[in-house]
Amino acid sequence: MMEFVVFVLAAAMILIGAVGVIVRSHPVHAALSLILTLFGVAVLFVAQEAHFLAVVQVIVYAGAIVVLFLFVIMLLGVDRTEDISVEPFKIQRPLAAIVGVGVVGLVAASVVASRNAIAQRGEGILEADITGDNDSNIRQLARSIFGDYVVAFEITSVLLVVAVVGTVLLTRRIKSNPQEVES
Amino acid sequence: MNGVAMNGLVAALTPTTTWYLILAAVLFGIGAVGVMVRRNPLVMFMCIELMLNAVNLSFVALAKKLGDIGGQTTVFFVMVVAAAEVVVGLGIIVSIMRRRPGATVDDLSVLKG
Repeated sequence: MMEFVVFVLAAAMILIGAVGVIVRSHPVHAALSLILTLFGVAVLFVAQEAHFLAVVQVIVYAGAIVVLFLFVIMLLGVDRTEDISVEPFKIQRPLAAIVGVGVVGLVAASVVASRNAIAQRGEGILEADITGDNDSNIRQLARSIFGDYVVAFEITSVLLVVAVVGTVLLTRRIKSNPQEVES
Repeated sequence: MNGVAMNGLVAALTPTTTWYLILAAVLFGIGAVGVMVRRNPLVMFMCIELMLNAVNLSFVALAKKLGDIGGQTTVFFVMVVAAAEVVVGLGIIVSIMRRRPGATVDDLSVLKG
């Protein structure tokens, strides 16, 4: 019964936040709705025994990525309300609604149709219990990341360095050619 | 209410993996509709984050159901790639907005600086 209440509250947070992202015309309001969705997903991560990922979700997504969005909104001064009542292409929103309902319907139908085909085949995910082994999920995840997937983990560092250097190069004002910057 | 009916009610109200997967599908659909409808590039980026979170949610639910920690490891890597993607994408948006303030994606149909 407790799990049901947690699921319903978290699902309400997720859906209200997600709808808020796409219907709020102000970009700052959309970013704040995104935080609501991300916290709801973090709650469901805890409910699914992914404690470390829930913490990472709050710190990285709600803490870093949304703050980055808000910084860019502030930096660019695009915090004007966008007029979303006008529709530049007449057929766009009906088509988008049809595609969205179609995607959700097909995925939900396949999930329901194959609900009995999912059976446990791994060795199980360790769960935190009252007896004191509270960080078993973190240790199991660490054994997977630094064991089976250690090569991918190392390549991730290359990806992050490339992203940071590329962004600095992209947004740098070129000093040797001031005309190009001004144009 | 007798015990058997109570047990049946509790069993029917316990969230299963199917609930999580359908919630993830709905979240993904909302994100996809947002990308198709909105014209502000920042809000479109937020909708991409919604879709990534939907996929992460289904990965975690299936990791619990299948008993395989590899699903959570995948979500970890998805988060890292999403962070890098947001950094690069916002850098591109900043450099575009510097040249053409107030641009929507409809104004950017030509890939020329």
